[in-house]
Amino acid sequence: MKTLVYVDHFKGEVQPASWEALGLAKSFGTAVALVFGTGVDAIAKAAFEFGADEVIVVDDSALTDYRAEPYASTLSALASSSSPDLILFPATTRTRELAAMSAVDLSTGVITDVTSLEVNGDQLIATRPIYEGKLFEKTVCSSKPVMATIRGRAFPKPAQTADKTGTLTKGDAKTDAITTVQGYAASESKVSLGDAGIIVSGGRGVSNNPSLGMDEKSTAQVGFELVRQLASVLGGAVGASRAAVDAGYIPYANQVGQTGKVVAPDLYIACGISGAIQHIAGIRSAKTVIAINKDADAPIFKVARYGVVGDLFQIVPALTEALKKKLGK
Amino acid sequence: MKIIACIKQVPDSEAKVKAEGGKISWGDSPLVINPFDEYAVEGALQQKEATGGTVTALCVGPESARDALKHALAMGADDAVLVSDAALAELDTLGAARVLAAAINKIGGADMVVFGRQTLDNGAGLTPAQTARVLGWPMLGLAGSIKVDSGSVTVERVIEEGRQTVNAKLPAVISVVQSIGEPRYPSFMGIRKASKAEIPVWSLSDINATAPAPIVTRTELMNPPTRDTTVEIITGESPAEIAEKLADKILAEKVL
Ligand SMILES: Cc1cc2nc3c(=O)[nH]c(=O)nc-3n(C[C@H](O)[C@H](O)[C@H](O)COP(=O)(O)OP(=O)(O)OC[C@H]3O[C@@H](n4cnc5c(N)ncnc54)[C@H](O)[C@@H]3O)c2cc1C
Ligand SMILES: Nc1ncnc2c1ncn2[C@@H]1O[C@H](COP(=O)(O)O)[C@@H](O)[C@H]1O
Repeated sequence: MKTLVYVDHFKGEVQPASWEALGLAKSFGTAVALVFGTGVDAIAKAAFEFGADEVIVVDDSALTDYRAEPYASTLSALASSSSPDLILFPATTRTRELAAMSAVDLSTGVITDVTSLEVNGDQLIATRPIYEGKLFEKTVCSSKPVMATIRGRAFPKPAQTADKTGTLTKGDAKTDAITTVQGYAASESKVSLGDAGIIVSGGRGVSNNPSLGMDEKSTAQVGFELVRQLASVLGGAVGASRAAVDAGYIPYANQVGQTGKVVAPDLYIACGISGAIQHIAGIRSAKTVIAINKDADAPIFKVARYGVVGDLFQIVPALTEALKKKLGK
Repeated sequence: MKIIACIKQVPDSEAKVKAEGGKISWGDSPLVINPFDEYAVEGALQQKEATGGTVTALCVGPESARDALKHALAMGADDAVLVSDAALAELDTLGAARVLAAAINKIGGADMVVFGRQTLDNGAGLTPAQTARVLGWPMLGLAGSIKVDSGSVTVERVIEEGRQTVNAKLPAVISVVQSIGEPRYPSFMGIRKASKAEIPVWSLSDINATAPAPIVTRTELMNPPTRDTTVEIITGESPAEIAEKLADKILAEKVL
């Protein structure tokens, strides 16, 4: 089977699930990585190292900034000329659009957020969550190529073999841009929740410590600093509930849940988060959940493996200290 | 400006959704407007307020979806259209996009079509970009803010890496995220107006479309694997003692 793998990057920074997609493609047969942009040689090199048999680079100034239309047209043209069985994408904000549009051009279907992909005869059967992860479905796509976006951390990341190479091909860009990128502001904090192995999240509870004698927002800054220190000793990322985001304690980029990021860490620590269904929707794939909450009846304890009924302002710093000692930090 | 907001009806987010005998059941939970599409209606209404014009709510779905359209009307949409046809029972996103595009053309003269980010039930998040592609209009996805200025529109896209400002000529397709602003509550007057509103129902032939054959189809429905969720509550005399025990549990998980 021949698979095209779209390597998604933003200004040269690759979304790690791209390599997971490449590993999956290799397990089915031939993997051809597609790298679009300008000055992307380092990404092409990495694609070989992660196992690509061939890399098609489309280096063109029309593709410097990601824009849906020229990227989709370029992809559709390459797919038409190389007739793959499957096109894989890491599930990101860009690939949702890109896959969606190319599928229109190619009159085929897209299966999004795939968590498992099996070959059955000449059919590919994809498993994906629906209804906020309350159900799973198996789906098939009756046209070729099958297009699928894969969830981060659902498939193993292939090993990287330094200096491995393969066939490098240059592709042509389509330049039918109908949008203009006028600016970009990086998120204040660099959060990569989708591929984080450990996430420590704070909720509205981070603003509840009357003994500090501060206003709500300042208290929340202290609370989130405690969350950040715990995340840092664990080498994890910082997440948040929507209540914390809406109250302005932390940027939207950190939000976990139905309207935020759906995550799949090995360890998820919820501090001062009640566990509303929309928050739980984002952490169903977490392996181990730990909840720290004052309220023994908080629903978060229903999905947690370990729980502490207590004040996060006491428990979180104590946990950070205990881990520091045990890890010799 | 003529604005269309595309909305779908879905089971409430609080519903206990289960697979029963190969079918999806949500008990007696209500069907509601897709929560992400409330943001679409909100975004559309904000543009109406900023530039004048009208907002039309558009839905492809069964007769029951009238209630979702009425919610949009109660929020402040001027009118609503339901596309409903027995031939549309099985729709994938590409099919939905083709039908929506045909309905948008039939309504005619739209400057902007606003979508939600994704549906709660299917959750694909594909329909907006597919509709844009079918229409041949620019796609401005995941907008956290929208600004219209003499025939062109600028949005701030909320992406993994931050915020990107993108501009396109109208007409354009836009999908919105929650930063657009909390959806307004229906007003008393709005609810009264909505309850009296006559919502036209268009069949496929009314919009000069044929039933698109689904390309992506479900072969099996499964409940998620039941997980061991018996929680072990860690107790102790002091925060330090609790932390000590919890730290050991974390180290035993071997995830560091
Ligand atoms: C359409 C829709 C989409 C949504 N999407 C999301 C989403 O993506 N993500 C999301 O998170 N929510 C989402 N929500 C909101 C969700 O319903 C909840 O309102 C939200 O998750 C609550 O956040 P919270 O748990 O931080 O706040 P609360 O529910 O207020 O809970 C705070 C918790 O902190 C505890 N606490 C207080 N003080 C302390 C302390 N000092 N120490 C320890 N514990 C303390 C309390 O006991 C309580 O359990 C959505 C809602 C809707 C309607
Ligand atoms: N049947 C439909 N009728 C109207 N709008 C729809 C329909 N299906 C999807 N949409 C719109 O497309 C968005 C994304 O849907 P989806 O691709 O199914 O996740 C939704 O948030 C709606 O705005």
